[in-house]
Parts: sequence; C-alpha cells; structure tokens
Amino acid sequence: MNIMSIEINRDMCIGCKKCAEVCPGSLISISANKAKIKSVERCWGCASCLKECPVCAISFFLGEDMGGLGGKMSVYKPNKNDTALHWFISLPDKTSRKIITDTKNANKY
Amino acid sequence: MKLDIKKITTDFLVIGGGTAGCWAAIKFCEKSDKNVLIVEKANIKRSGCLAAGVNALNAYIGEGKTPQDYVDYARRDASGIVRGDLLLTMSERLRKVTAELEKLGLTILKNEDGKYVERGWRNVKINGENIKPLLADAVNQNEQITVLNRVNVFKYIVQDNRIIGAYGISIEKPILYLIFAKAVLISTGGAAGLYKPNHAGFSRHKMWYPPFNTGAGLSMGINAGAEMTTFEMRFIALRCKDTIAPTGTLAQGVGAKQVNSLGEVYEDKYGLTTSERVYGTVCENVNKRGPCYLKTKGISKQADEDLIKAYLNMAPSQTLRWIESKKPPSEENVEIEGTEPYIVGGHTASGYHVSTSRETTIKGLFAAGDVAGGCPQKYVTGALAEAEIAVESADKYMNENILFDDLGQVKKIKHELERFFIKGESAFTTDDLEEHMQEIMDKYAGGISANYKYNQKSLELAKKGIGEIKEKCKTLKVKNMQELVYVLELKERLVICDVLISHLLARKETRWHCFAEHGDYPDKKDEYRCYINSRLYGGKIKIFKRFLIEEGEVYEHHEYRN
Ligand SMILES: Cc1cc2nc3c(=O)[nH]c(=O)nc-3n(C[C@H](O)[C@H](O)[C@H](O)COP(=O)(O)OP(=O)(O)OC[C@H]3O[C@@H](n4cnc5c(N)ncnc54)[C@H](O)[C@@H]3O)c2cc1C
Ligand code: SF4
Ligand code: SF4
Repeated sequence: MNIMSIEINRDMCIGCKKCAEVCPGSLISISANKAKIKSVERCWGCASCLKECPVCAISFFLGEDMGGLGGKMSVYKPNKNDTALHWFISLPDKTSRKIITDTKNANKY
Repeated sequence: MKLDIKKITTDFLVIGGGTAGCWAAIKFCEKSDKNVLIVEKANIKRSGCLAAGVNALNAYIGEGKTPQDYVDYARRDASGIVRGDLLLTMSERLRKVTAELEKLGLTILKNEDGKYVERGWRNVKINGENIKPLLADAVNQNEQITVLNRVNVFKYIVQDNRIIGAYGISIEKPILYLIFAKAVLISTGGAAGLYKPNHAGFSRHKMWYPPFNTGAGLSMGINAGAEMTTFEMRFIALRCKDTIAPTGTLAQGVGAKQVNSLGEVYEDKYGLTTSERVYGTVCENVNKRGPCYLKTKGISKQADEDLIKAYLNMAPSQTLRWIESKKPPSEENVEIEGTEPYIVGGHTASGYHVSTSRETTIKGLFAAGDVAGGCPQKYVTGALAEAEIAVESADKYMNENILFDDLGQVKKIKHELERFFIKGESAFTTDDLEEHMQEIMDKYAGGISANYKYNQKSLELAKKGIGEIKEKCKTLKVKNMQELVYVLELKERLVICDVLISHLLARKETRWHCFAEHGDYPDKKDEYRCYINSRLYGGKIKIFKRFLIEEGEVYEHHEYRN
C-alpha cells in the first residue's frame, strides 16, 4: 500500500489553485491545470488544502505508519459565505459518515 | 541559476505573518500612518501554528483572578526561571486581546449572563477553526499593510548593532530580496525538526509544532550576535499517540485522568506541572507500567459526539482515528505519548533575551510570540499581547536614517546562494543530513529514545556531530528555489542545535524533568536560580548567567559584560 496523507484526485481537480495558495508548507504545485502535491512526506496534515477545495478533490488519510486503517476524509463548504463545514469520512468497509461543524458554535470542552 | 536582486523599502517590517506578526501589523496601523510590510514564507491565510485551528485560548485571566495570579502560576510551572516583568506586562493585556479577537469574529463560548465560559481559570472555550483566516482578512483589508507571501527571510542586515532590514528569497522565482526598514519585528515562531520525531519515516512531519517553523528568527538572531535566553528549557508536548493531537481538551475538558496500563491514576504521583506530566508518563513506561492513557472510557455518548466535532476544529486526524477504528473515546481510553523536544518561547522560556519593551539586544529589532524568550505560557493571546507591546516600542523607535553602503555584502550573499545550484550530484541530500542531525540530537542530546536524558559526555558527542554536519552542508546542491530554502532551513536548525547543546551543558542541574534532564546532575541547585544566556561572539558561543528579573522592574539592555 502506498502510504500517503493527502491525496489529490486529478480527474476532479479544476485547477483553481486555492489549495496551493494556502498550504503552510508550500507543498502543492499546479501544472497543466491540475494540482499536485510535491512531496507528500512533508505534509503536516493541517487540512487547510481540503477546506479550500471547491470540488472536494482532496482527501486526507492516516499513513500506515500512524496506524491508519484506510479511511478517507474530505471537506465541503456548500456556501462560500456560510460558516458551516461538511466533513465526509468514507471507510474501507464502504460505510461513510457526514459531520457538520460550524465556526459559530464553540467547542464545549 | 542567477538570482535577480529586488530592493524594497518600508517603514515597519514584520518577518513572519503568523499569530504575532499579523496582530502586530494591525495594531501598528492603529498607532501610526506609516507603512507596514509583512514578509511570510507561506501565505498568511493559513500559515504557522494556527493553520489547523486551535481549541481554546490557553492564556486568560478568569473572574476573580488577577494578572499577578497568572505570573505566579507560570513562575511555579517553570520552577522560577521566568521574567516577571515580561509575564506581568503580557498578563495585563490578556483580557483585552481576548475581547478584541471576539470583535474580529472569533466565536467564544458564553453563558446565559453573556460571560465567557472558562475552562479552569486560565482558558476560555472557543471555536478556533477559522482563527487564522480571521486575522489574515483583517490584514488584507488594511491598505497600510502590504503582504509579501512565499518569501523566505534568512538574514538580517545589521550595521553597528542596529537593524536596517533583511534578506529574503522567493520560494518560487529566482529572486533575492533586499528589504530596508526603519524598525523590524521578528515573529517567525519557534523551532521544530531539531530532534527525531515520534514518526521518523514517512509520517515524519505529523508532529505537534509546525514543521515549517524551522527557527529562522532564532538562527538569524544568533548569527547577528543577539543575546538568547533559556534555550535549555525545551518544550515536550504530551499528545495523543500517533495523531499527536492535543490532550488538553480531554484532560481539562472532560476531566480525563492520566492512567497507566494497570488502570492506576499516576498523575498525582509525579506532580502536575507541565514537565512533570510528561515525566510521569516517561517513568511509568520505563518502569514497565506503560503504555499510558487518558481515561475517557465511560464518558457519555453525547461527549463522544462533541469531542469528534471539537477535534475536527483543531486536529482532524484524531477524529478520523476514532471513526475509522470504530472505537470512540467513551469505549477506549486514548493512549498518550511525549513528543520530541522543541524550542518554543510561547510554552517555555527559550528565545530572544528582550527588554521589558520587547526589544532584542539588536537595536530596532523587536520580538514577539514563540520566538521571544523569558515569558512562558503565552500561547495565542500572549503572543498578541506581546505583539502590541513590541509595536508600541517600535513606533517610538523608528530609525529615519538608514544608510546602507555595503554592496560587497550583497554580492557575497548572492554568490553564496548561487553556488548551491552547481550541476552534478552531491554525496548526500539535504534530507539525509537533516535525518542525521535529528538522530544525533535524539541519541546524545536527550531525545525520545533517550527518555529525554543526556549527560556531559553525550552532549559533547552531540556537539561534535552537529559540527560535522555543518561542514557537510557546504557540499549540498540544489535544483530550484524550494530546495534552496530547504538547505537554509537545515542550516538554521544546525545553528539552533549548537546553541541548545551549549545551554544544556551550562545548566548543571535538573530543574525541569524531561525538559532539561541532566543525567550527571539529577537534582535542583540554588546556584542555578538564574538565566543561562548566550551570544555568538567572534564565531564562538559565549554562555553567561544573568540575575532573575522580577515584575515591577523595567529591564533595559546595557552594554555587554561578557
Ligand atoms: C498544534 C498547535 C496547537 C496549539 N493550540 C493552542 C490552543 O488551543 N490555544 C492556545 O492558546 N495556543 C495554542 N497553541 C500555541 C499558539 O498557537 C502559539 O503559541 C502561537 O500561535 C505562536 O504565534 P507566533 O506568531 O509566535 O508563531 P506562528 O503563528 O507560527 O507564526 C510564525 C510565522 O512565521 C512564518 N515564518 C517562519 N519562518 C519564516 C521565514 N524564514 N521567513 C518568513 N516567514 C517565516 C511562518 O510561516 C508563520 O506564519 C498551539 C500551537 C500548536 C503548534
Ligand atoms: S494538509 Fe496542510 S500541509 Fe498537508 S498539503 Fe494540505 S495544506 Fe499542505
Ligand atoms: S483546490 Fe481543488 S480544484 Fe482547486 S487546484 Fe486544488 S485540488 Fe484542484
């Protein structure tokens, strides 16, 4: 298994460059109108790029050496000016979960 | 490759557009109509510590408490080695900056009376997912501020111990920037990547502190002869195993206790200071009672759901872990481990030795946030408070007569950078040397595999090893600007390692378990109730002791008495 932490789906990517703009490690480049992560082992896992992607082309998963089990997570912001984030988590057993967080709601703990 | 030279002149230069840097720029404009330039190696929208979001404001003065209470707490936690003047002036502003963050749009939890809900008396609960975009928006909307993203600053321009600017290189294009300013703030954060991390292989950057904060500000200061303080007080975070997600939300939020593999609560056995919590966990493991956990088993299903959401706002990997393992915290205790050591002035006291007004020993250079020493437990709000103090001082300082005449220096620096682009293969890569450096620090300077312990002999070996890697750096080769930045980052880390080892050698006692655990001197000694400071002088690291400074004092730099 190829251990990764961020995966970009080239077919879905529309080349908008938003992920490349925000990455705090400057790790994403755009060539031929598609995003590519330059060195995936340098990724911090901050999920900034996921949150920017307008088409959910980026997913995040835990590396095998971190005990990852193959689940994948992506984020979608249905409305640009909305404060809600929709998180999708799909598991290898084909089940999935959607969790909605909203920056208007504070953490209770 | 040939580098183009681009000259920029501004009034107030902010190096590092993170927490402290963005706030400083905003606050400067409230005071002055002069121009501000932020130079940031990434993009201010999500750069630095706040990229993923934070879960609480960890520095706050709760109802019925005073700034002095905060000073007392921080002093106790650091076993006395703090700057009273810095802690008090920071604490006095904590409530104000919190209210201002709320005004900027940050969600803070409130009760029915409209008061902040406190977690303990020093924290307030927030939704910190968007804290960095909020700061960045405020910066971008301000016409007085210019932001230069993707430019990595690597050297100060100093004349007669007075700063007049800095050098930077673009990460994307072959450009060498020469930036001149009337006053400068350094706010590049602390240093990660000095020691071998929890995951050494593929997931090596899944660490607590941002791996992109490589300590540039510290290393530039050291190289320019600035005085540094308390590097030996390293910071080690206690984190959720593998994901390195924060534990505070579990420990303080749901009251989960630290337990060993036998289910015994061990935290009260070793003490509750930050370093003792790490130490207890190490001891339980050494004594074969590990692994250690936070006891979350039995919390309610509602708490599960709330935690799953809370972690999405700061450490999404932990949420993914709970969901993919189908073992939420109510069903399985969360395993914890210590991280590798970092140099982080926002948690411990290591960094620039500053005056009460936050000026470094280089005139016109001010410091705030994780790069500034003497003032532990500042976290987000403390970084903002410090940025405000630094800005007020910088505004008063403003050196109007910048005269730069050393064109030879520019040529030399340009040539030194271009030399890395020569064709052919080097015997080793930047990554090879970085890994080797981390191995040496891990083994001989008190990393994870050494249970954070070291002794005189091992430190001497570490020093020798670091010196050898410094030499090898000269033969590295690069193909593009990004690779050149990696070389500069490695060199920064090596400079910091060298100074760190000197500090560890100098404090011949064990004042803080794990943070500075000297195998030859396992106890605390009165003669070390002082700061260990250092300064590069004639190419050598000079170490000296300084008296403790109390709150109420106004400390100014004097001429050096080396
Ligand atoms: C994972 C994590 C979670 C935390 N959680 C909390 C929390 O819940 N509550 C809390 O109160 N505190 C928390 N803290 C602490 C707090 O976030 C930090 O203490 C504070 O944000 C530090 O601010 P800073 O400005 O010093 O550093 P940063 O915000 O990291 O800013 C440094 C900036 O400098 C830039 N930079 C670095 N090198 C260069 C260079 N050579 N040239 C140009 N730019 C450069 C970086 O890209 C970055 O933008 C957390 C810290 C971390 C790492
Ligand atoms: S998760 Fe963060 S560090 Fe990793 S590629 Fe995305 S933005 Fe960059
Ligand atoms: S944000 Fe998404 S669509 Fe835009 S470039 Fe990145 S991956 Fe492609």
